[in-house]
Amino acid sequence: MKSIKIKADNLNVYYGEKQALFDVSMYMEEKQVTALIGPSGCGKSTFIRCLNRMNDVIDICKVQGKIEIDGNNIYAPSMQVEQLRERVGMVFQKPNPFPKSIFENVAYGPRIHGIAENKSDLEEIVVNSLKKAALFDEVKDRLNDAGTGLSGGQQQRLCIARAISVNPDIILMDEPCSALDPIATARIEELMGELKTEYTIIIVTHSMQQAARVSSRTGFFHLGKLVEVDKTETIFSNPSDQRTQDYITGRFG
Amino acid sequence: MTDRIEQRINSLNKRLNSEKRFRIYCIGAMSFALAWVLILFLNIFSSGYSAFYRTVIQVDVPFLNLIEDTTQFSEMSSEDINNLSMYSFSKKAIYGLFPDIEEKKDKKMLIRLFSIEFEQEIREFLKSNKSNINETETIYLTASDDVDQVNKGNYPRDLDEDKRRIKDIQLLFFDDLVDRGLVSYEFNLPFLMRGDSREPELAGVGGSIVGSLFTILVVLILSFPIGIFAAIYLEEFAPKNRVTDFIEININNLAAVPSIVFGLLGLGIILNTFGLPRSTPLVGGIVLSLMTLPTIIIATRASLRAVPPSIREGALAVGATKMQAVMHHVVPVAMPGALTGTIIGLAQALGETAPLLLIGMVAFVVDVPQTPLDASASLPVQVYLWSESAERGYVEKTSATIMMLLGFLILMNLAAVLIRRKFETKW
Repeated sequence: MKSIKIKADNLNVYYGEKQALFDVSMYMEEKQVTALIGPSGCGKSTFIRCLNRMNDVIDICKVQGKIEIDGNNIYAPSMQVEQLRERVGMVFQKPNPFPKSIFENVAYGPRIHGIAENKSDLEEIVVNSLKKAALFDEVKDRLNDAGTGLSGGQQQRLCIARAISVNPDIILMDEPCSALDPIATARIEELMGELKTEYTIIIVTHSMQQAARVSSRTGFFHLGKLVEVDKTETIFSNPSDQRTQDYITGRFG
Repeated sequence: MTDRIEQRINSLNKRLNSEKRFRIYCIGAMSFALAWVLILFLNIFSSGYSAFYRTVIQVDVPFLNLIEDTTQFSEMSSEDINNLSMYSFSKKAIYGLFPDIEEKKDKKMLIRLFSIEFEQEIREFLKSNKSNINETETIYLTASDDVDQVNKGNYPRDLDEDKRRIKDIQLLFFDDLVDRGLVSYEFNLPFLMRGDSREPELAGVGGSIVGSLFTILVVLILSFPIGIFAAIYLEEFAPKNRVTDFIEININNLAAVPSIVFGLLGLGIILNTFGLPRSTPLVGGIVLSLMTLPTIIIATRASLRAVPPSIREGALAVGATKMQAVMHHVVPVAMPGALTGTIIGLAQALGETAPLLLIGMVAFVVDVPQTPLDASASLPVQVYLWSESAERGYVEKTSATIMMLLGFLILMNLAAVLIRRKFETKW
């Protein structure tokens, strides 16, 4: 068994009066892809946004319970959220490059964290990040062009490059392919296969095939509860819960 | 079957006809509005353009009569020239136009063809050309307002003499001068450079232009940073609760407060309590800032709100602090909108009159202000002041001032459009 990177313990999340997550407990293994599946509104996005505390942005959101990354509770008062997000990168559903140049998009993270010592350092980080995101060859001649001028798939890979530019341990992907065509999706999935040698990846997806293709473990969420989490083969071939069975066979969701 | 098809065609025709009617209504409404704007512009332009040139009369001034040797002028300082007594000398130079006149009454009438500052104009000519004054110099002296208006055709000559400000004998003099080719037009530069005056031919908008510019500068310096920061705080940082709701409602209300109320506030607090100098662009600017702030805040908040939240999330997700996310990514995108709002707010402030009346910027100020702490008029107040004056000359000057004001407003709105076009983020 691989070592455990993230461990959620009895996580409850509320949006105002409404409870969005009920007693979720699960762990995620280091340098593996963990997929979270489930019907819309089941809480899988809420859960992944707890892992880098993006939910802090929402005023009415309240989180109870514990999430440990490498044994440290990220909801402890001593945890600084900016530092956490440096270690836990995130890629969003809709590609959201900054309305700046491709270079600036990737250079922004290292710059604010003071990772690069000088200009050539920064350039090296940008080039490496773009290479790791399998985007460099396509944009190497136009690093000063606007990032928003790229195609959807390229924009999403730019966002992945932006996420890995600050050298995180973990990359969260919240339905990264839902706005992309099948070819761009295939490229991102291929990329995930490469990235998992270096990073722990958590992916929320609507596509069960995608979960089956890219992940080693899969969690199934339903109505805010984690119904089942297990090895991906087990979930898709021999789930232990009837609801999982119904969902993966397409009876609902 | 054919009945049904016919029915359909009928109903379609009805719909198309009503669409045609609707379009005609819309075009009609637009044309009506446009016609009024056109009438306004035509009216102002036709009565105002003549203020941009003025009538001057050529007079030969025999400087040799003032001094034995005209080269001596070059050794005199401006002070010395100011001390020269030139009044009767200048009058004699003007009498030289009609050497045959003997009667004192007629001479007085002749002098009145000129602006009362004729002596001063000759002195100024002497000062600026003192190094090479000939024995006799031809100087273009400003004609009096009555002559100016007659020359421009704005003044009826066929009224009874006792109903006219300009007398028959003066018209005789004038017509003779015209025949001799001594009367001419020139561009009215003094109108753009000078301050207000009791004499229409000497009054200028320079003072009120500078006053308006100082006022707008004060408004810009005060309300732009305050407005932008307030908007950023309210939109990005403030918690959404009763207090911020209350603030928001009040800012929106503030935008609808009649401007004269701000004038009362300025009178009561800024002048009386804080004792800042009356009638100055500084106070005017402070009062107008209060009025402009809500406009800027509302416009800036709207453009901040238009920035997609995904940009903020993108920045936060790489570990930016909230302030970094806002200042590095949200504000630059929102800036063109904020600037546009600011310029439109400034344009509003530029045309505002009522609050300035209350804080004393309605005073008669002759000097062009040098700093925002000097008493001054402003363009809209100048319009108000001149529109009340009886002399003919102020009619064209009122319209000309409105033209300047409209010119500045059009320029500012143009700047707003250009800024928006140039810096708008393309997605």
